[in-house]
Amino acid sequence: MSPTVPRSQARLLAALGLLFVSGSALADFTWNFPKPVTPIGRDTLSMHNQFMIIITVLFVVVFGIMVYSMIAHRKSVGAQPARFSGPRGALQWFWVLVPFAILLFIDFVLMGIPAFHAVIDMEDTRTKADMVLKVTGMQWKWQYEYPDSGVKYISTLTTPREQIEGKEAKGEHYLLEVDNPVVLPIGKKVRILLTSTDVIHTWWVPQFGVKRDAIPGFLRETWVRIEEPGIYRGQCAELCGKDHGFMPVVVKAVPEAEYVAWVGQKKAELAAAAASGDRTWSRDELMAHGKETYDKICAACHQPTGQGLPPAFPALAGSKIVNGPLLSPDGKLIPDSHVDRVMNGKAGTAMQAFKTTLSDADLAAVITYERNSFGNTKGDMIQPAQIKALR
Amino acid sequence: MNTASHALDHHDGHHPAGLLRWLTTTNHKDIGTMYLTFSLLMFFVGGAMILGVRAELFQPGLQLMKPEFFNQLIGVHALVMIFAALMPAATGFANWMIPLMIGAPDMALPRLNNWGFWLLPPAALLLTMPFFLALFGIGDGAVATGWTLYAPLSVQGGIGVDFAIFSIHILGISSIMGSINIIATILNMRAPGMTLMKMPLFCWGWLVTAVLLIITLPVLAGGVTMLLTDRHFDTHFFNAAGGGDPILFQHLFWFFGHPEVYILLLPVWGLMPHVLSTFTRKPIYGHTAQVWSFIAIGVLGLIVWAHHFLTSGLPVPALLYFMYSTMSISLPLAVLFFCWIATMWRGAMSFETPMLFALGFIVLFGIAGLTGLVLADVAADAQYHHSYFVVAHFHYALFAGGIMGVMTGVYYWLPKWTGHMYSEKLGKLHFWLTVISFNFTFMPQFFLGLAGMPRRIPDYALQFAEFNAISTVGAFALGLSQLIFAYNVWRCVKGGDKATDRVWEGTEGLEWELSSPPPHHSWETQPVIKAG
Repeated sequence: MSPTVPRSQARLLAALGLLFVSGSALADFTWNFPKPVTPIGRDTLSMHNQFMIIITVLFVVVFGIMVYSMIAHRKSVGAQPARFSGPRGALQWFWVLVPFAILLFIDFVLMGIPAFHAVIDMEDTRTKADMVLKVTGMQWKWQYEYPDSGVKYISTLTTPREQIEGKEAKGEHYLLEVDNPVVLPIGKKVRILLTSTDVIHTWWVPQFGVKRDAIPGFLRETWVRIEEPGIYRGQCAELCGKDHGFMPVVVKAVPEAEYVAWVGQKKAELAAAAASGDRTWSRDELMAHGKETYDKICAACHQPTGQGLPPAFPALAGSKIVNGPLLSPDGKLIPDSHVDRVMNGKAGTAMQAFKTTLSDADLAAVITYERNSFGNTKGDMIQPAQIKALR
Repeated sequence: MNTASHALDHHDGHHPAGLLRWLTTTNHKDIGTMYLTFSLLMFFVGGAMILGVRAELFQPGLQLMKPEFFNQLIGVHALVMIFAALMPAATGFANWMIPLMIGAPDMALPRLNNWGFWLLPPAALLLTMPFFLALFGIGDGAVATGWTLYAPLSVQGGIGVDFAIFSIHILGISSIMGSINIIATILNMRAPGMTLMKMPLFCWGWLVTAVLLIITLPVLAGGVTMLLTDRHFDTHFFNAAGGGDPILFQHLFWFFGHPEVYILLLPVWGLMPHVLSTFTRKPIYGHTAQVWSFIAIGVLGLIVWAHHFLTSGLPVPALLYFMYSTMSISLPLAVLFFCWIATMWRGAMSFETPMLFALGFIVLFGIAGLTGLVLADVAADAQYHHSYFVVAHFHYALFAGGIMGVMTGVYYWLPKWTGHMYSEKLGKLHFWLTVISFNFTFMPQFFLGLAGMPRRIPDYALQFAEFNAISTVGAFALGLSQLIFAYNVWRCVKGGDKATDRVWEGTEGLEWELSSPPPHHSWETQPVIKAG
């Protein structure tokens, strides 16, 4: 069996042990929110703590009365049943109405007023916003875009398949690790715009106290002001298809100087990628880069073997579309052809329009790779410049 | 029982025997029995599905199933438990008990009643058939969108979604017919002298439920039909590219979905005061107050739906409105809790199995109510929403509230229905195992949610491992404990100590004046309720 088993068993024993010997292994259990690092997160936690105290007191008082009654008013201790079936007299009416007055106070004053302020604060995304981050959910990855600097990239899970399938020991940040985390400066109010290219996703980082849906065709917004540098991990919170559990959010919060340097470096990378689209690529280069892109972007559905998971995710191996003609004789796009599918997607399915998320070089490489892999032997290739002309 | 034996002479000889009897029966007791049997069967079907899910979640990593299949199990589990286990159980109670309680000879529309039941098995079959079709290479399995069927995920889904849509249509027709029947029966066939305000609370709970069903089910039916046309006829109700809006589906769904919670719970709230009054040997406290609370909860339940998607980016005024209106439900609900405890106060309590289940229900449903109150808070909800905190919350509402409520009713009325006492020993064993394993299953899920575990994920980060392991062990114990229940019911149907007509010492009401079991046709001559 896998090397993870003994560890899991140890954890389970610890878990069951805790139920009987409470207090010994508390460190392994989280009983409340993870430590908040934004003003909203802190507010939410203190409000949550306050509410939990209120409802615990309500629970203890109400069921304390009930348990007292269960002990005192038992037939076996000779209790004689009373016959009343409602309040009688002013005094009884008073005691009947008191609990409701208390509840009204709790609902609309004790809980209602802080809740009101929290809503207003949470929805105030625009006042004094220092920068904008655009988050786009897509099956099953996140794209981050910094409109101020034009930096834009995709962030996907890096946990290897072997760890998920139990063939390797699971790493510390199992399922909560990505190739390109979002980088944000600390102390700045970041207005976050959210949308999606396919189904509804939800962007959630527990330590930020923020959770907002990314809805295809609409923009939603929220904001964060991260107070401490660090790496914060969250997940998609809306069921979005088969890999819903495998699209984590990882945010790296850094001091502003470091952030500026990072933006500069990203811009340079972007320029290099754009420049590489203008030159002519060799077949080997396209195939190598194509495999890299395919494994990262396409393999979740179409599988590393190109066999797909039909009928939802068709096979590319032997596919009529992939093995069809590349472009029309005059270099134009053929509707429903391989290039059309990859660039423009297919409506009503998980196949997205990748021209919005991938570079010319990525698209050219992955198309070339698909046509010459998994037993497909078209032998042709397409250049990034040709893709650029089709956009 | 002169009237009853008179009835036997006239009608009992006519109805067919064997399977045909059950296919063609228009007798409210037969139909009630079929509803309850179907419900018990589907309870185990839905339970088996979720044990598959819990087994997968026992440890981090994917051990047993692919995520696609996992998503099918969670969604079909919910649909089966809600539509095929809980709702039919409540309808079974209504069929058996409402005529007995109001002194009516049968339901008002007996043929409709038969049809209402016999639509259920085909609907359940439609819902689960894609699992089997997939084995033969047809389609990719059952609906994998969760029971909420959110567009556009459900527009993208396979044939399982179409099967689910048609199944929901049929279940909806069945529920509406049942509701019409219950309303017609209650409004027209009460014994002389039984004014609406004197009517037993169980009937009141059901009356409000039936009205809610008739108001909300057509909206759900419309919503899923729009989904169907989006899927196959290129309408764009939920597609922004065509001018539609995915959130529209959520509005339509939850306009039904939130009242549905009260649809599942109102019959149980109606039942509780009867059980409490019986085992405290004391009259129900606040009969009128409870009636008005049912009505208030029904009305409020219709206007709070968007609290199910507070993170979807609603405008601030809508957020505030849905927050405060949701909080206000705590008031009529508090009236119910107050009346339940006041009914117990200064009674002479004994703790037979139905009473144990009723008390377990009150405490655990109290946890559901209190956590529901904090869930209404928009800012805190941003943390709780779609996390395991919500999963725990609604299982306290629907398992401890709904299913344990149904079990209260089964133990309470089973001797009346069968004429035999169930095994008190097994009943108590069942109660304690259920309560303990239930809390083992769902209490850890509150903490999982607070720590940040999203719901509906087949695999999870390592920090969630301990609580998930405990929850899975609890779930299997909970599932296995229910076999005791099935066995106890089976034993009681087959035989056992004779039950008296009154069954319990403290019972009050028309239903206890009939023999145990009641004759096939009862109350052919209406009893008269004395004024006062």
